[in-house]
Amino acid sequence: MGVAETTVTPTFDVDRVRADFPILRQQVHGHPLVYLDNANTTQKPQAVIDALSEYYLSSNANIHRATHLLSERATRAYERSRVLLQRFINAADSHEVILTRGCTDGINLVAQAWGRTFLKPGDEVLISWMEHHSNIVPWQIVCEQTGATLRAVPINERGELRIEEFDRLLTDRTRLVAMIHVSNALGTIAPIAEIVRKAHAAGALALIDGAQAAAHVPVDVQAIDADFYAFSGHKMFGPTGTGVLYGKAALLDRMPPYQGGGDMIASVTFEKTTYNTLPYKFEAGTPNIAGVVGFGAAVEYLNGIDREAARVHEDALLAHATELVAAVPGVRIIGQARQKTSVLSFVMDGIHPHDVGTVLDNEGVAIRTGQHCAQPVMDRYGIVSTARASFAFYNTTADVQAFVRALHKVKELLG
Amino acid sequence: MSDLRELYQEVILDHNRRPRNFRKLECADRTCEGFNPLCGDRLTLFLDMDGDRIKDVTFEGTGCAISRASASLMTDALKGKTIAEVNALFERFHKLVTSDPETPPDTSGLGKLAVFAGVREHPSRIKCATLSWHTLKAAVTTGETKVSTE
Repeated sequence: MGVAETTVTPTFDVDRVRADFPILRQQVHGHPLVYLDNANTTQKPQAVIDALSEYYLSSNANIHRATHLLSERATRAYERSRVLLQRFINAADSHEVILTRGCTDGINLVAQAWGRTFLKPGDEVLISWMEHHSNIVPWQIVCEQTGATLRAVPINERGELRIEEFDRLLTDRTRLVAMIHVSNALGTIAPIAEIVRKAHAAGALALIDGAQAAAHVPVDVQAIDADFYAFSGHKMFGPTGTGVLYGKAALLDRMPPYQGGGDMIASVTFEKTTYNTLPYKFEAGTPNIAGVVGFGAAVEYLNGIDREAARVHEDALLAHATELVAAVPGVRIIGQARQKTSVLSFVMDGIHPHDVGTVLDNEGVAIRTGQHCAQPVMDRYGIVSTARASFAFYNTTADVQAFVRALHKVKELLG
Repeated sequence: MSDLRELYQEVILDHNRRPRNFRKLECADRTCEGFNPLCGDRLTLFLDMDGDRIKDVTFEGTGCAISRASASLMTDALKGKTIAEVNALFERFHKLVTSDPETPPDTSGLGKLAVFAGVREHPSRIKCATLSWHTLKAAVTTGETKVSTE
């Protein structure tokens, strides 16, 4: 007799993880903080805060110049984070992991070091209508510099990429496809494996903006086969001023440096300067060493929780919030893709998102209001701005209820 | 909610729901657009001048309750004023909304505009209250036709 198979839905001990995030214990305007602005930046677990302090307390020195103990210690801690990040995204080698100031920095690096070098008049760069400005403006700049053309794939009413338009706009003139993995304004998860496959089939490279994805969905750069993948530390429970640009070694080797300075050189004379090997060729100057140490601690924290269960929990929060918000009269939810992460953008009839934000803040609820650095998305929906609640695994059902109660207060005051 | 009642006073809520002088002025001899790129608030101010005196003033645009009410109350307060009086009013209003919330607000000479004293407690909303005023200042002094809060 065989054993009956049961499907166990992973349960997530949200109270236990909340205890790891000290900032969540705060009161705001006399109410418990309900932090729903995670797409903007995430909060940090004690382990990350401790790693930052501990670094400055006992290991602080400049890196890669080790002739004394502290310098050796700092270098080890910094490079340890690099390896943790390599494993986090399943990169083949740690020298394919460039440590940057953040996702925006990484995309600008590719735009200038790759784009400026290789784009020519008549070439095309293909992005989408749901990109964050960090994956639009660097391409506008480099297209202007090189004479290449920028094209954008439209999205449908649900906020999903129109794949038939992507297929039409992807031509033999396309040199690079640069797409957002998860939309910060809409929560949409783009079909990036398909996008990368098709880009390669058309002879184009693929860069993926993973800023919103890294905290919520597993990222395997070898499986995705992206040529470049950029993300930020502060959006995945790590410190601000940190990030990763992953790039395939063969590509990075062919690119000239982005910024010049210390550490990225092999030798310097006024006649000729030669450059360092990867990844250091792209890491000029003293980096945010403490931040990178904290970034590594964030990866270790995430490795220590059940990420599958966390994802199920976030999906449940989104579903619960969506149901309750949709029932509030006069509310329109913006972005209802079939595949979404826990982002809920909405507008309220006759009430400006800015006013929604102020009333919610008064109830202790932190959301973002505005254009979310995605003006084309706003234009696409014919709106000026939205209010956006974004959930992380430390949010609770009580948070969702407080948020919706506060929405009713908005209607009471301003409706 | 008492703290919010200081910000969203009845006068402000009323002027948001039914903004006064909210239309295009066909015979305007001065027009200026104001824009706040942080939130997308946008307004166009229309002025009909009689020498250095404001004969009529209207506005159009989209914005939050604070910016709409501020534009509405501002246009009501401007009619018949000279440019010199307008500049003085701008200074008084700007000083009010940017003053330290710990100190008693100086509302002298502001009439109904005094209701914006509550904005001081909400620094993120100051630019909402001053958008129309910066637009006005540009229209009457520099003659610029487009201004931004940033």
